[in-house]
Amino acid sequence: MKISRKEVEHVAALARLAFSPEEVELFTRQFNDILDYINKLNEIDLEDVEPTSHVQPLHTVLREDEAVPGDSALLEAVLREAPETENGFFKVPPVID
Amino acid sequence: MPAAYEVIIGLEVHVELHTTSKMFCACPNRFGAEPNTNTCPVCLGLPGSLPVFNKNALELALRAALALNCRVNRYSRFARKNYFYPDLPKAYQISQYEFPLAAHGQLAVYKNRELLRNVKIERLHLEEDAGKLLHDEGQAYSYVDYNRCGVPLVEIVTGPDLRSPEEARIFLETLRRTLLYTRISDCKMEEGSLRCDANISLRPWGSETLGQKVEIKNMNSFKAVQRGLEYEVKRQAEILDRGGRINQETRRWHEDKGMTDEMRSKEGEQDYRYFPEPDLPPVIVEDSLLTRIGTELPELPLPRYRRLLAEYGLTPYQAEIITGDRDLADFYEETVRIYYEPQKAANWLLGDVLKLFKQFPGAIKQSPFTPLHLAQLLKLVDGEQISGRTAKEVLEESFNSGKMPELIVREKSLGQISESHELEKVVDTVLRENGAAVRDYREGHKKAVTFLMGSVMKATGGKANPQLVIALLEEKLAKIGE
Amino acid sequence: MHLFTLTAVEAAQALQRREISSVQLVRDIYDRIDNVEPQVRGFISLLSREEALAAAENVDRMLKQGVSLSPLAGIPMALKDNICTNGIPTTCASLILKGYRPPYDAHVTTALREAGAILIGKSNMDEFAMGSSTENSAYHLTCNPWDLQRVPGGSSGGSAALVAAGEVFFALGSDTGGSIRQPASFCGVVGLKPTYGLVSRYGLIAFASSLDQIGPLTRDVQDCAYVLEIIAGHDPRDSTSVSREKERYTAYLGKEIKGQRVALPVECFGEGLEKEIKELVMGALAKCTEVGVSVYEASAPSTAYALPAYYLVAPAEASSNLARYDGIQYGLSIRSGSNLLDLYYATRSKGFGAEVKRRIMLGTYALSSGYYDAYYLKALKMRTLIRQEFESIFKDHDFIVTPTSPTVAFKIGEQKDDPLTMYLNDIYTITANLCGFPAISIPCGFVEGMPVGLQVIGRPFDEGRMLQFCYVLESLLGLKGRLAEMKLKEE
Ligand SMILES: [Mg+2]
Ligand SMILES: [Zn+2]
Repeated sequence: MKISRKEVEHVAALARLAFSPEEVELFTRQFNDILDYINKLNEIDLEDVEPTSHVQPLHTVLREDEAVPGDSALLEAVLREAPETENGFFKVPPVID
Repeated sequence: MPAAYEVIIGLEVHVELHTTSKMFCACPNRFGAEPNTNTCPVCLGLPGSLPVFNKNALELALRAALALNCRVNRYSRFARKNYFYPDLPKAYQISQYEFPLAAHGQLAVYKNRELLRNVKIERLHLEEDAGKLLHDEGQAYSYVDYNRCGVPLVEIVTGPDLRSPEEARIFLETLRRTLLYTRISDCKMEEGSLRCDANISLRPWGSETLGQKVEIKNMNSFKAVQRGLEYEVKRQAEILDRGGRINQETRRWHEDKGMTDEMRSKEGEQDYRYFPEPDLPPVIVEDSLLTRIGTELPELPLPRYRRLLAEYGLTPYQAEIITGDRDLADFYEETVRIYYEPQKAANWLLGDVLKLFKQFPGAIKQSPFTPLHLAQLLKLVDGEQISGRTAKEVLEESFNSGKMPELIVREKSLGQISESHELEKVVDTVLRENGAAVRDYREGHKKAVTFLMGSVMKATGGKANPQLVIALLEEKLAKIGE
Repeated sequence: MHLFTLTAVEAAQALQRREISSVQLVRDIYDRIDNVEPQVRGFISLLSREEALAAAENVDRMLKQGVSLSPLAGIPMALKDNICTNGIPTTCASLILKGYRPPYDAHVTTALREAGAILIGKSNMDEFAMGSSTENSAYHLTCNPWDLQRVPGGSSGGSAALVAAGEVFFALGSDTGGSIRQPASFCGVVGLKPTYGLVSRYGLIAFASSLDQIGPLTRDVQDCAYVLEIIAGHDPRDSTSVSREKERYTAYLGKEIKGQRVALPVECFGEGLEKEIKELVMGALAKCTEVGVSVYEASAPSTAYALPAYYLVAPAEASSNLARYDGIQYGLSIRSGSNLLDLYYATRSKGFGAEVKRRIMLGTYALSSGYYDAYYLKALKMRTLIRQEFESIFKDHDFIVTPTSPTVAFKIGEQKDDPLTMYLNDIYTITANLCGFPAISIPCGFVEGMPVGLQVIGRPFDEGRMLQFCYVLESLLGLKGRLAEMKLKEE
C-alpha cells in the first residue's frame, strides 16, 4: 500500500496538525518508507490468529462505588495551569460546528 | 388523507447511571455543583492519570440489560472513541465498540393497553459522559465545566422499528418507566440524565429498501422528540414529493423555532478511530454475577400490571396507574398484604391518597404515611368505627403528622357510636321530643324519618352510626304504630 | 574519596551506619553536578541545592532519632521528565508541556518520597519518550558521558547519562520499546523494564499505554533490586497493575545460578549486529557456563516482525494519548486565531516536534477507517504469535539472552534524519514490550571504549531470578558499578 499526499493531508486534519507543502512532501516520502517496512507483516498468514489487545490475563478490574469530594486545592492548581479561565470555567474560543 | 410514506425511526438513547461516584474515578456523580468542583486528575484527563472501572456502574448496566431482555455478553471490553472537542478532556471517550456489554434485547410498547410493537434493542453499551460546554450565540468565548465528565452512561440503540413520531415518544416513555422502576437512572430529560437522538427515514409504502436516513439531535423532552420527528417527517415528505433527494446529514432540533437545521453533512462525518482501550482490562461477566443481578431485578411494569389484574381483580385502569410508579405499586401491594380488600384499597389509594401524594414534595417512600397507616384507616372504616367522612379527615391528619389513624380517632373522640343500647337512649329521647314528626310519619309522610335521623346525628355530634340509627328509628316507629 | 562514586547501596549502608550524612551525599552530588552537568546536560530541570538539602536534613534527623527508614532513604536520585511530580515541572521534553506543573505525584514518585529518596531533578528524554537518542528533546541534547560526541541513547537518555556520570545514584526511566535498556546499554549502566503491570503507571505520562513500564537505571544489579523493591507493587489506581504479594528482590542476590538454562534466539545474532558486540555477549555467556549454566540455541522466527508490529501499535496508542494536548486545559496554547480549530492546529503544530508528529500521523493513519484491519489489527495478531513463540521457549528455558542493541552509542546527529534506521535501534528490545515480559540490560564489556549491554528477558514476574542471574554474571564480568571517566572543568 502506498500513501498519497492527499491521504497525508487527510490524516493531518484528523490529528489536528498543520503542515507546510514541503513538510507534507517529506512526510509522504518518509511515510512510504516506513509503510514499506511495515508491510512486511503481509508476508505471513494471520487469518486465524487471535489479536492480543492486552498482554495480561487480567479482567474485570473494578473499584467500589465510593465518592470522594473534589479537592479545592487541587482544582486551584489545575486552574492555575489553564491558559484562560473565568469563574471556575475553562475558557475556549467559540466552538464552530 | 393517507400518508404517502412509511416512516422508519430508530433511537439512540443515552442514560446516566444512578451511581454515587463517576465511572472511572471517585468524584461524586452529582448534578448541579459549582463548575469543575467535582473533578480530579482522572476525569480532567490530566497527563498520567488512569481510569478504574466502577463496579456499581457495571451492575446497573447489567440490570438495564436484563430489564430490556438483552443477551449479556460474557466478554466485553472498552474502546477509545477519538475526537477533538473541548468537553472531552482526553480527546477520546471511553466507550464500547466491537464488544458491547449486551445486545439483542427488546421492549414491548403499548398504547391504550394495546400492544403497539416489540421494539428491538440492538445493543446496550457502557461509556463515560462528556463535560458541558456553555456557549451563547454570538459570544466571543465558550466555557467548559467538567463536572459531568466521566459520569457513567449506558447507550441503548434500538432497531429501525418505530413507525411514527408518536410511537417514538411512547417507546421513550416506556423505556423511562422501565429504567425508573429498576432504579437504574433518575431519567430526567431536563437535567440531561436521559438523552435521545433519532435516525429517521421515509419510504414509499410497500418498499422493501430503506430510504436515506437523517440523524436528529437536541430533542430535550418527550414532547420535543415527537415534535422534532413530526417536523422531520413533513420536511422529508415534501422533498420526496418534489422528487428531491434526502441528504445524509445530522440535523439539530430547535425547540424555540419548531424546526430542524443542518449540523453536519456526510463529508463532515467523523472518523472515530476506535481501538481497544489499553488502560482497562476486558470485562468478563460471570454467570454468578448475572444470576444475582437477575434475582435482584424487580418485577417490571408490564408483568406486574398483568399480575395485579389477575391477583386482585383490579380494573385495567386501576392496574395501569398503580403499576405506572414502582413506589405506588409497592405501597398498594403492601397495604393489601396487611388489609386484604384489594378493591377498597385501590379505591382509596387512587382517590384521596394519591391526591395527597401528588402534593407531597418527596418520594412516596419518604412519606410518613405508610401502607400500615392506610390499612389501619380502612379497617376503622370497615369496623364502622368511623364514618367515611371522618375517615377523610383522619387520612389528612395522618398524612401530615404521620400519626396512626387509631390514635387520631381516640385523641379526638371521633369514634362512631355503634353500641345499640347507647343509641337507643338517644333515639327514645328524640322520638319523645318530636311528637309532630312521629305523627307525620305515621300519617304516611315517610320522609319525616330523615328529620328524625338528623336530630339523632345532631344529638350525638355526628358520631352515630347512620345505618344503626335508621334501623333503630324504623323499628321504634313501627312499634309506636302498632 | 568522592561519595558520588559509591553505588546507591554502598552509600545507603554508610548512611545507616552513620558514617556519612544525607546532607553530605547531597552536597557531594551537587558538586559533581556543577562539575560535569555542563558537559552531560542530563537534567531537564534541577531542584535547587537548598531544596534538596532540606529534604536531606529531614532524613538525617530521622536517622538520628532512630526512625527506621527504607534502605534508600537519603539517597539522591532523578526521575525521567515524563513522571509526574506535584508542583515540579514535568514536560516530557516537549514544548507543548513547557513549564507544566502537575497537581499530583505519580505512584513511583510517592513511593520513592515515602522511602526517603531525595529527588534532585527531572531527566532529559526524547520528546514524549519517542526516540532512541534523546536528540528529540525539545530543549537540549544530552551527551553520552563515555564520549561526549555520542548520544546517550533514548528515550531515557538523561536518566542513563546522569547515573553513568555520577550525578545521581540512581534514576527512573520508562520503557516502551527499549527506552530504559538501550540507553542503559549505551551508558554502561543497569536498566530494567519490569513485567507489564508490576510497577504502577499512575502518573507516568503515557506514550503507548499497553507497552509503557517504569523501571530503574542504576550503577549495578544490587541497586536495581533495591530500587525495584520500592517501586513495585499493586496500585489500585492503575487497572493494569497486578495484585500480587510484594517480593523481596534483594533476597535473590548472591544465590548461585547453577543449572539455569539460557536460550539464544538465532534471529537476534544475525545480520545487523556488530561483530564485536556479538563476541562480547557470547563471551559473557561462556563465563556463565563455567558456573553451571547451560546455553542453547533457540528460534523465534516471528521476532523478525516485531519491529513492524511495534511501529503500528505504539504510534496508534500514542496518537490517541497525545490528542489531549490541545491547548485548552494546560500547557502551550496558541490563541491568536478566531476559533477553536485555529487553536487546535496552531497549538499542536507548534507544540510537537517532528518525530512526535511523524508518529501521531502514522498512528492516526493505522487506526483510520479502512486501514484498521490492514494495519492495527494485524499488529495485534503479530503480538500473539511472538508471545506464543517466546512462551514456548520459556517452557524449557529460564531466560532468553540477546544483545541489548545492535550497535554501541552512535554519534550525535548521525541518524537524526533517518527515522527508519533510528527505529532499528529497538530491534532486540521491543519484543519484551510487545509481550509484557520483564527484560534487563547489564554491561558486558566495551567496544572502542564504549559500553555494550547484554539483555536478559524473563518470564512474567520472574524479576527475582533475573536479578539473581545478572548479579552473578555481573561479578563474573567484573564490570560492577563503573562510572564514566569525565574530564572535569578546571577547579
Ligand atoms: Mg455514545
Ligand atoms: Zn474525577
